[in-house]
Amino acid sequence: MSFDLAVVVAALPAILAGLQVTLGIWLAALALGIGLGFAVAALRHFGPGPLGLALRLAVEVLRGTPFLIQIFLLYFGGPFVGIRLDPVPAGLLGLSVYAAAYFSEIFRAGFVAVPRGHVEAAQCVGLSRAQIVRRILVPEMTMLVLPQCVNMAVILVKETAILSIIAVPEATAVISALGSQQYAFVESLFLLALIYWLLVEACGWAGRALERRLSKFRFA
Amino acid sequence: MTLPAPAIAIRRLCKSYGQTEVLHGIDLEIARGATTCLIGPSGSGKSTLLRCIAFLEEATSGTILVNGQPLGFEEQADGRRRRLPQARIREVRSGIGMVFQQFNLWPHMTALGNVTEALVTVQGLSRREAGERGMAQLRRVGLEARARHYPSELSGGQQQRVAIARALALEPKILLFDEPTASLDPELTGEVLNVMRDLGDEGMTMVVVTHEIGFAATVGQRIVFLDHGRVLLNGPPAELFAPPRHPRLTQFLETYLDRGAAMLLKPA
Ligand SMILES: Nc1ncnc2c1ncn2[C@@H]1O[C@H](COP(=O)(O)OP(=O)(O)OP(=O)(O)O)[C@@H](O)[C@H]1O
Ligand SMILES: [Mg+2]
Repeated sequence: MSFDLAVVVAALPAILAGLQVTLGIWLAALALGIGLGFAVAALRHFGPGPLGLALRLAVEVLRGTPFLIQIFLLYFGGPFVGIRLDPVPAGLLGLSVYAAAYFSEIFRAGFVAVPRGHVEAAQCVGLSRAQIVRRILVPEMTMLVLPQCVNMAVILVKETAILSIIAVPEATAVISALGSQQYAFVESLFLLALIYWLLVEACGWAGRALERRLSKFRFA
Repeated sequence: MTLPAPAIAIRRLCKSYGQTEVLHGIDLEIARGATTCLIGPSGSGKSTLLRCIAFLEEATSGTILVNGQPLGFEEQADGRRRRLPQARIREVRSGIGMVFQQFNLWPHMTALGNVTEALVTVQGLSRREAGERGMAQLRRVGLEARARHYPSELSGGQQQRVAIARALALEPKILLFDEPTASLDPELTGEVLNVMRDLGDEGMTMVVVTHEIGFAATVGQRIVFLDHGRVLLNGPPAELFAPPRHPRLTQFLETYLDRGAAMLLKPA
């Protein structure tokens, strides 16, 4: 078995296109997952009880089932309940909701971890509830949850590979298809491993850089 | 002749946590322009009482008047309490500043940011004007040079002084302190107590929960001794600490020999 670089070079445009889809879906799902996850966490923390309970149930289900099953259900089961989506929107929706479930748990723990005294100090100088959320809770929570958010981003980039099974033209789908056409299974798998690992490293590096910049805001 | 109205008047204040009552009908007046020290054994309810005055806890019954205005609740003609509208509550509360044992500075803001936050967010001052007023308060606690530092870059004593400046920025009539030096290294307590002493000299009304008996005896114009959720003793330190002393107070002082109580217990 020899690693045939020529195969890779010839397929570079297709590979780059796949990579672009992977990156696009990953970043979009990250942004949507963080936004939606934050909204869910805030509603669970500040909202009425019954709503919190319903959201909690949804989060539990999403966290308690494999993403593979969720995306199958959405894509193949969706049409039975009138949700007919193309692979890319289906993949993006599925991944975002899945990410939101995890992010909401991270943020909820973050809200709880902000010391009560910091909120009380804000009450004492007259900040309103909304001002306390905006000026104290959210910034403090952001610092606390940053490492877990980076961790979740890393998990998410790897989960995008699963979208290949609903024919989303992302890196795994494109490259493994090339691999079987060219009888270069090992090369394609190796290349995929390398691509995901580099993405994860880059993500970790960005996260650490951000943490370093925020380190002087740490709790005294 | 009418006596000057007290800064704070507390009537029959009770506070329960669930089934457990921890304050049993506190009656207390806090004199204007004086430093009142709240002392008492652990669990006697000092923090709870102070937090009720700061409206961080809602008393179960009773009333608190701050500068003559009801805080949080108003007693109606039929004796029942009515919760006041939020705007009224905030207005009365704005006359009170609070300093905590744990400083509770916001870690993502500089010293100046902590001091000016409410000036900008609540009072709507411009950044420049708030900055000037904030700097003036930092100067007052001797920390002008540390304005751009984050809390994590300050010593405990400096953090507590920033916290005092933050409370002062809103120009409250009354300052409450809950064991302001209890989480400081002994060599740092002095700088905080000195700032408090200066404030007292300037005529600030202060209520200080403290275990620093030496500070209470020298700076406190009034000592309130709380025991089991009741005001057991209330008077000027010279009276309270001089023999013949209440046996509970003597017992209490004997556990604080290292905080300046030894001096008070020494036979004359
Ligand atoms: N949030 C709470 N829930 C239940 N019980 C409480 C709560 N806060 C205080 N207590 C109880 O109320 C009583 C008075 O507590 P408080 O903190 O006011 O005492 P303290 O005089 O400040 O004591 P210390 O000197 O240890 O600070 C204690 O028995 C305490 O256990
Ligand atoms: Mg206490």
